Amino acid sequence: MSSGHDHHDHDHGHRPEPPSDVEARALALESLLIEKGILTSEQVDGIIRTFEQDIGPMLGARVVARAWVDPDFRRRLIEDANAAVGELGLNTTNLARLSVVANEPGVHNMIVCTLCSCYPWMILGLPPTWYKSPPYRSRAVREPRVVLEEFGVVMSEDVEIRVWDSSADLRYMVLPERPSGTDGMTEAELAGLVTRDSMIGVGLPHVPAARA
Amino acid sequence: MVNKPDLHSLVVNGIHDMGGMHGFGPIVIETNEPVFHAKWEGKVRAIFSETVGRYYNLDEFRHVIERMEPAAYLEAVHYERWLHAVETLLDEKGVLAAGAAPAPQAPHKRPANLPAPRFKAGDRVIARNMHPEGHTRLPRYARGKSGVVTSVWGAEASGRDSVSVDLWESYLEAVR
Repeated sequence: MSSGHDHHDHDHGHRPEPPSDVEARALALESLLIEKGILTSEQVDGIIRTFEQDIGPMLGARVVARAWVDPDFRRRLIEDANAAVGELGLNTTNLARLSVVANEPGVHNMIVCTLCSCYPWMILGLPPTWYKSPPYRSRAVREPRVVLEEFGVVMSEDVEIRVWDSSADLRYMVLPERPSGTDGMTEAELAGLVTRDSMIGVGLPHVPAARA
Repeated sequence: MVNKPDLHSLVVNGIHDMGGMHGFGPIVIETNEPVFHAKWEGKVRAIFSETVGRYYNLDEFRHVIERMEPAAYLEAVHYERWLHAVETLLDEKGVLAAGAAPAPQAPHKRPANLPAPRFKAGDRVIARNMHPEGHTRLPRYARGKSGVVTSVWGAEASGRDSVSVDLWESYLEAVR
């Protein structure tokens, strides 16, 4: 096809350029709300900065690493995740109810929100586009093993997969298993092995490079 | 510009209820995805943060997205749906009208004195095959399915390859 033709970018998941009217509408709404004294541009910029810089999977990784090194914390985390996460000084006011589901030998957990985009964003950051996309939402509850394979995770047949469908009031985070070969590592080093996808359950933590 | 749906229309089995649907293809994973793909997306997220709980609650927000016309829902990128929802709700609540904005509403609180739960962990239940008008949190894929109550507001389940879904008691009937 010649490149001179008008090309409609409809590949699902690859974000098309937003139609300019969407951007214009967002700017118009912001201006109107500022004019009415409902918000300020400083508040808007502050929230954007918080999402871009302060909130992200590094917070969840701290929770996971603590659970790996402290069995008592792990127990509290599974019993009452909101309280346990609060122990680390993380802000849980907007977290809704959090439930941490732990992987163990023979059990693998993954999370989805089939109805919308519920996600424990206060500790994982805002969800990736694929998490909010029709393919993931439709398929995670029907063929989780195939979905996992698309993420490069092949689960043996004797592993039980548990899929947790989130809601506005109850959100999940996966506690991945601590990789072997990490015995001497510090809590901070361990946190560095924890990936966002491993806390959604579509990935596994990094395995440390073999030591001499 | 997409026609605005009837603001009072009640969606039952909406396009948003995607669990178990076929035909959406492979999952497209964007590497090194930015938090926001454009400045306007961050603005929409921020406007939502500043207005939810003041002029509308989270359930109303969800419902207004569910009320979107299905083709428009699928066409829109995520924050376009959110923009639609915030615009629609602030309009419906009179916040965008000329003159002073209405006073923020008090946050909705669920009643504290609830009756004792009908079910306890271990009970066998079946999810109602119901199609209620308006918003429901009972996904289609779970309707008519039987299962075990793993907890009443909690975690922990068993059984190979399970799906766990958090449901209101009114969605369930006991299996006798």
